[in-house]
Amino acid sequence: MTSKITSRTSVALLAICLGFATGLAPAAAAQQELRIGLLSPITGFLSQTGQDMTHGFQLYLDQHNGILGGAKVNLIVEDTTGKPDEAVAKAKKLVLQNHVDMFIGGVLASTGYALAPVSTELKTVYISSIAAADDLTQRQLSKYPYFIRTTWTSSLPNHPLGQWACDQGYKKAVVIATDYAFGYESAGGFQKAFEDCGGKVIQKIWPPLGNKDFGPFIPTIKSDADVIYSLQVGPAAPQFPKQLREAGVKLPIVAGGTSYDDYNLPYDSQVVAGDVSALMYSAALQTPKAEAFVKAFRSKYGQIPGYYAEANYTTAQMIDEAIAKSGGKFPGPEQFLQNMVSLKIDAARGPVSFDDMRNPIENVYIRKVEKTTLLGDSKPALWNVVIKTYPNVGQFWTYGKDKFLQQPVYSRDFPPCKYCE
Amino acid sequence: MSEKAKILAVAAVLVVFAFIIPHSNSFVVLLATRALVFAILAMSVDILLGFAGMASLGQAAYFSVGAYLTAILATKYQFGLGWDFWLVVLLAMLLGAATAAFFGLFAVRATGVYFLMITLALGQCVWGLAYRWQSLTNGDNGINVSTRPNFGLDLNNERTFFFLVFAFFTVTLLALYVLARSPFGRSLEGIRERELRMRVLGYNTWLHKYIAFIIAGAVGGLSGVLWAFTNGLVSPDTVVLTTSVDALLMVVLGGAGTLVGGAIGSAIVFGLREYLSTLVPWWQYVLGGIYVLTILYLPMGLMGLPARLRQWREASAERQKLAPAGS
Repeated sequence: MTSKITSRTSVALLAICLGFATGLAPAAAAQQELRIGLLSPITGFLSQTGQDMTHGFQLYLDQHNGILGGAKVNLIVEDTTGKPDEAVAKAKKLVLQNHVDMFIGGVLASTGYALAPVSTELKTVYISSIAAADDLTQRQLSKYPYFIRTTWTSSLPNHPLGQWACDQGYKKAVVIATDYAFGYESAGGFQKAFEDCGGKVIQKIWPPLGNKDFGPFIPTIKSDADVIYSLQVGPAAPQFPKQLREAGVKLPIVAGGTSYDDYNLPYDSQVVAGDVSALMYSAALQTPKAEAFVKAFRSKYGQIPGYYAEANYTTAQMIDEAIAKSGGKFPGPEQFLQNMVSLKIDAARGPVSFDDMRNPIENVYIRKVEKTTLLGDSKPALWNVVIKTYPNVGQFWTYGKDKFLQQPVYSRDFPPCKYCE
Repeated sequence: MSEKAKILAVAAVLVVFAFIIPHSNSFVVLLATRALVFAILAMSVDILLGFAGMASLGQAAYFSVGAYLTAILATKYQFGLGWDFWLVVLLAMLLGAATAAFFGLFAVRATGVYFLMITLALGQCVWGLAYRWQSLTNGDNGINVSTRPNFGLDLNNERTFFFLVFAFFTVTLLALYVLARSPFGRSLEGIRERELRMRVLGYNTWLHKYIAFIIAGAVGGLSGVLWAFTNGLVSPDTVVLTTSVDALLMVVLGGAGTLVGGAIGSAIVFGLREYLSTLVPWWQYVLGGIYVLTILYLPMGLMGLPARLRQWREASAERQKLAPAGS
C-alpha cells in the first residue's frame, strides 16, 4: 500500500511540477545588454505576417551585428498566435521572466488595446510597431505613459485616401471592411475625409475577421456605387479582389494598405492590376534607402518585404538611434521615450518624426498595382507603384488636434452612415 | 484505506505546490494562477464528463458569463473591487447557474454526440453576444480590468492573489469531492454507466443530469471571475470554442472522474503552451503527441497511470512465472 501512495504522489507531483520546474531557475543575469521582446503571431492565421515582422527586425539586427546604439541586443521572440489573450500572457512573461527593457509588436488593433494596459501595469515600454488602434495615441494616451507607436494609426493613411478618391471624381462609395477595431478606424478615416470633400458612402459591409469566403457578401454590393473601399487583413487580402472580379464586378477599388501588402502581390493573378491602396510604405519606392532595404531583404529571405517587415526594420532603426543618444545604455523608460519622440530619422519608408502624442508623422503613398520591372530585375512583376505622395501626414490629417479629438473614436457607427438606405 | 491514501496524496501535493510556487519568480506565480483558474473550469467539466458521462463543448459560456460580469461591474460601476468582490463571486456563480439552467433545458435531453453539438452551439451563441453586443462588451476589443480587488488583502500582489485562487481551487475541489461521494454523485455515476437501469430503478435521471449541469455552470462562473482578474482582459477570445475544447482536453488528459485529473491536465497544457512555447517553436507537436499517446495508452488519463503500471508489472510477473515452466 505504501508503494501505491508513493507512486501516486510522485506521479502527481511530477506532472504538476513539470510545467514549472524550469521556471525556478533564475533568469540569466547579464549586464550591459539591451533586452527586447518581440510579440509576433508565429502560428495561427496571421503567421505570414508574424514571419515578416520577425524578419524585418532581425534583418536590421543582423546588418548591425546584433548591436543597437552600442548595446548588445538580446532579442526574445514570443508567439502570440494572433490572439489578444495570448499576447497579454506573453508580454507579462517577457517582463516578469526575461526582464525585457521593452516589448514590441502585436498585430491586431485589439491586441494593441490589450497590450497597452500591460505596459502601464508593469511600467515597461511598449512599442507598437504594427497594432494601429487609433485611440492609444489619441483620447486614451494619458492612460498609457509607457506607450509609443512607430508606424501608424489605422486612420492615418486613410484620410489622404478619402481625399484622393474624391479628387478622382468618385461620388458614391461602398465600404467593405473587416469587422473589428482596425477595420472601423480605417474605414472611418476614409469615410470622414471622403464625405468632407463631398463624396457619399452609401453602404458598409463588415465581413468577420479571419473570413476567407466573400461569396455571401459580394452580391449585396450596391451596383449604383462608383468605387469600392476595401480593407482586408491576412489571408482575406488576396481573396477579396479575386472573388470580386470572378463575380463580374468591375468597380474600381481603393483600399487600405494591408489589402495589397507587397509580399502578397507576386501570388496574385493579374486581377489586382490597377487597384489603388494607401500606406506609408511601398516596396516599389525608388529612394536609395528603400531600394537597399528591399534588395537586402530579398537576398536574405527570398521575397519582397511588405509593410510588416519595413515597420519592424524601421522600429529597430529607431531603437538604434534612441539608445545611441544615451550612449549605448538603456536610460530607463521615461528617458528612452523622450529620446524616441525627439528622433527625426531617414527610414526606408521616407522621413519620419513624431507628434506630441507619440505617433509618427510621415509620408503617405497612394499606390497603384502595376506590372513593371524594378530593381534591375529581368522579368516584370506586380508592384505597388507610387502614383502620389502626401508628405508629412500626421494622425489628425488636416483637422487639427483639438478639433479631431473632440469627435469620438471611429467605430462601426461613427461616422454614421448618413447616405445608407 | 485506498481512498484515504488518495486524499492524503492529493493533500500532500497541494501543500508542496502552495509552498514551492510563491518562491518562484512572478511569472511562474502568474502561470500557476492561470493554470489553477483553468483547473477549476476543468473540474466543472469533469462533473459532467467524469460523473454524469456528458461531454460538454460549451463550458466556456459560463466561464465567460462570469468573466464578463466581473469585468463590466469593475469597469463601468467600480463594483467588486473591495469587500464586494465576494458579492461578485456570488453573483457570477448565480449567473453561471442561471445560464446553465436555461441552456440545460435544451441540452440535457440530448445524449452523446448530440449533447456535444448542442452545447457547442449554445457556447457559440454566447460568443456571438460577446462579439456583437458592442455597447456592453466592447466587442472585439474586449474589456481591460486593470486593478484587482483590495479588501485588506491587496490582490494586486501576484502572490496574495495566487493564494486566493489556490484557496478557491481547494474549496471547490473539496466541495465537488463531497458532492461526488454523496448519494447524488453516486446516482450520477449510475446514470453514466447505465441510464436505462437507473430510470427503471425509479430515479429521475433527467433531473439529476439537469442539476449536475447547473452545478457545473455555477463552478464555471466562479472560474470566470477569477480569470477576469488573473488575465486583466476579457474579450471574445475568452469565449471562443478553443476555451471549451481546452477544458475538455485537460480533463481527458488528466483523467475523467477524478476531479484532480483536470488540475493535472491544466498544469500540463499551461506548462507546455506558455512555457515550452517560449523555448521551441514546435511545442504544438509535443502537446499533440501527449494527447495522442494518452488516449492510445492511458484511456483513464494520467491519473490512471499508476493503475496501468501496476497492470503491466503484474502481467510481466505473470509471464516470468510462466516462463520457467514452459522451458
